[in-house]
Amino acid sequence: MAKSKSAYSVPGKIGKIERHIIVVWVDNEAGVLARIAGLFSGRGYNIESLAVAEVDKKKHISRITIVTEGTPQVIEQINLQLKKLVPVHKVADFKRGEKDILFRELALFKILGNSKKVEKVKKICKKFNPVILDKTNKSVVIQVTALRAEIDKLALDLKSLGLISTSRTGAVAMTKGSRTFN
Amino acid sequence: MPKLLSGAEIVFKALEDQKVEYIFGYPGGAVLPIYDELKNHKSIKHILARHEQGAGHSAEGYARSSGKPGVLLVTSGPGATNAVTALTDAYMDSIPLVCISGQVPTHLIGTDAFQECDTTGITRPCTKHNWLVKDVNDLSRILHLAFEVATTGRPGPVLVDIPKDIQFKKGKYKFFKNTLKKKLNGKATYKIPNSELDKFIDLIKKSSKPIFYTGGGVINSGPDASKHLRELVSLTGFPITSTLQGLGAYPGDDPQFLGMLGMHGTYEANNAMHDCDLMINIGARFDDRITGKVDEFSPHSKKIHVDIDPSSIGKNIKVDLAIVSDVTTLLKSLIKRFKEKNKNFVNSNKQKTSKWWEQIEKWREKKSLNFINSDTIIKPQYAVQRLYELTKNQDTFITTEVGQHQMWAAQHYKFNKPNRWMTSGGLGTMGYGLPAAIGVQIANPGKLVVDIAGEASVLMTMQEMSTAVQYRLPIKIFILNNEYMGMVRQWQELLHEKNYSESYTAALPDFVKLAESYGCVGIRAKTPNELDEKIKEMINIDRPVIFDCVVDKAENCFPMIPSGKPHNQMILGPEEEEEISDEGKVLV
Repeated sequence: MAKSKSAYSVPGKIGKIERHIIVVWVDNEAGVLARIAGLFSGRGYNIESLAVAEVDKKKHISRITIVTEGTPQVIEQINLQLKKLVPVHKVADFKRGEKDILFRELALFKILGNSKKVEKVKKICKKFNPVILDKTNKSVVIQVTALRAEIDKLALDLKSLGLISTSRTGAVAMTKGSRTFN
Repeated sequence: MPKLLSGAEIVFKALEDQKVEYIFGYPGGAVLPIYDELKNHKSIKHILARHEQGAGHSAEGYARSSGKPGVLLVTSGPGATNAVTALTDAYMDSIPLVCISGQVPTHLIGTDAFQECDTTGITRPCTKHNWLVKDVNDLSRILHLAFEVATTGRPGPVLVDIPKDIQFKKGKYKFFKNTLKKKLNGKATYKIPNSELDKFIDLIKKSSKPIFYTGGGVINSGPDASKHLRELVSLTGFPITSTLQGLGAYPGDDPQFLGMLGMHGTYEANNAMHDCDLMINIGARFDDRITGKVDEFSPHSKKIHVDIDPSSIGKNIKVDLAIVSDVTTLLKSLIKRFKEKNKNFVNSNKQKTSKWWEQIEKWREKKSLNFINSDTIIKPQYAVQRLYELTKNQDTFITTEVGQHQMWAAQHYKFNKPNRWMTSGGLGTMGYGLPAAIGVQIANPGKLVVDIAGEASVLMTMQEMSTAVQYRLPIKIFILNNEYMGMVRQWQELLHEKNYSESYTAALPDFVKLAESYGCVGIRAKTPNELDEKIKEMINIDRPVIFDCVVDKAENCFPMIPSGKPHNQMILGPEEEEEISDEGKVLV
């Protein structure tokens, strides 16, 4: 075959890619996460990070925070498709970088090294609410909360100081001030 | 204290309360308690299919021709996986189906038990929603919710997976109504604001090159939607074209109707879509078989899109006015508002659209559906035309398989009423038409039901003839037999240097003998001059018939828009085939 020949149309123009944070309130029932994740994978959307936990014990409502990227058209589809799912109560969507939204990710770092090294580590992590969770004379486990890019950079900086293990969560988000998501 | 019922009893109680008359299904180990209970419920009749896919398509045919949800009952494991094609088909074409599947007992779930599969996992992407019932006291709520989800908003399939132990267990029954708190798929519960209607009317009044583009949403909205559509089209005097799924919503022989649009639509419909200044999309979804290359789709038009599913709006094509609504609701209020302020619009506006109609007449003169007929061999288009002429005076229901015959049926059979045309458009399921015809005949006893079929497609679900014979359903399987997978052969001819790789079926069965072995009637037509007599013979037989119509093997389906091309670049017929450029071939 000379050229790839397809029975289907060629892709049209592609819009600008934007990063969005989508918050979804769902009934905490069996399979609900698979439903959400399946919607993303089935329609070719991208999940960068995901954070889920039940936030209302009585009504069994879970809050899912998804970081994703796509063209404005794709982001709109993600919102509309999510709203169609039966266990979904509401969907909030905002652009990364919006001023009145707070984001946080949490990371745990395990570092091998003597107390001198640990002091250095603490200094580097100072801005990011460091908490020492575990300490031996050979190692330390430190917890930080920060933005994604900050944690990326921290992990890079800690490499030379004996970082041997990293564990991190997806982003969670909340509005500033008295307003809540609608 | 209310009487406790077994899970199986609850299933039937719920079906009775939902006024279900027919279920299509196939028994097996994990649904035996439900099948055991069947004998106690005389108002519900079970139709035994020969394969769960067949049961599913029958339920679809039943739903599409009756407007009621189709109900499907299958066992665990292979029963459920066999139903997946039908569920996906219903999902793509927005058909309300409720599938009840058996599951291995709760304590065996996850152990790779005999005939176990993750049914809710497998069917999650091809249903609107599904449930695994873990407590018998949830069963009645879930079943009623299932019917509600299937039939409201944009309709679609749902599945309820019931483990065998739950079918035995005793629990409470309650008839739940409208438990769904949120609006599903944008089910319009609100009144459409006058400001939106006024915008709509304003666009209508400003347009000099308008076109209505209507789809399956009109059919799904119920017979009233078709009535209102006809009224609006006659009030405006605008031309109208329809998608494959929308055929029948507007009379196929009306002068304002330009025929079907899209890849195999008419020259006038596609050119009008391309050149219009106002496109009014009612209940269609800008599918890729309609739009072709999206960047060049109807470049100079304002677009209005009415759809019940908000996620259909703006998915493929950006529009200027979007209205999330049921079609009937929208049309009713629009017509009322329109009439209040625009008396005699159709005459006063005639001048404005006269040039547009002149242009449309010029396109029509191309007679894009024409074909070169023959005295010696039956042309497939001719066969469909004769079938139409000989059946148009009675209320006829047509189903199809998928391929060339389907397109010829859509082009040459003219529908005047909604719910008379059942075809697999979204998923394109070969083997759909025969079982669908069974469901249609169940819903419409005494009516003529014809499956316009291809010999390759129909062999995929041929076993269902046995079902038709068992229930004395006089369906007519009208096979346009060219011994090829015709559409595959056509694409290979046009795009793959006539390398007919695996598209010829050697060793086809003798369809007349096959019919006889099933206990139905076989008829064969080989020449054009015997065709009419044989078709009449078929219509007059009150038994299932397999009609083997031997047609021209090399005929292609035209006109055709190579996809990736805009609407105004169609191939009209064989004489133009040589003109497709290499670039064009890539895109078809």
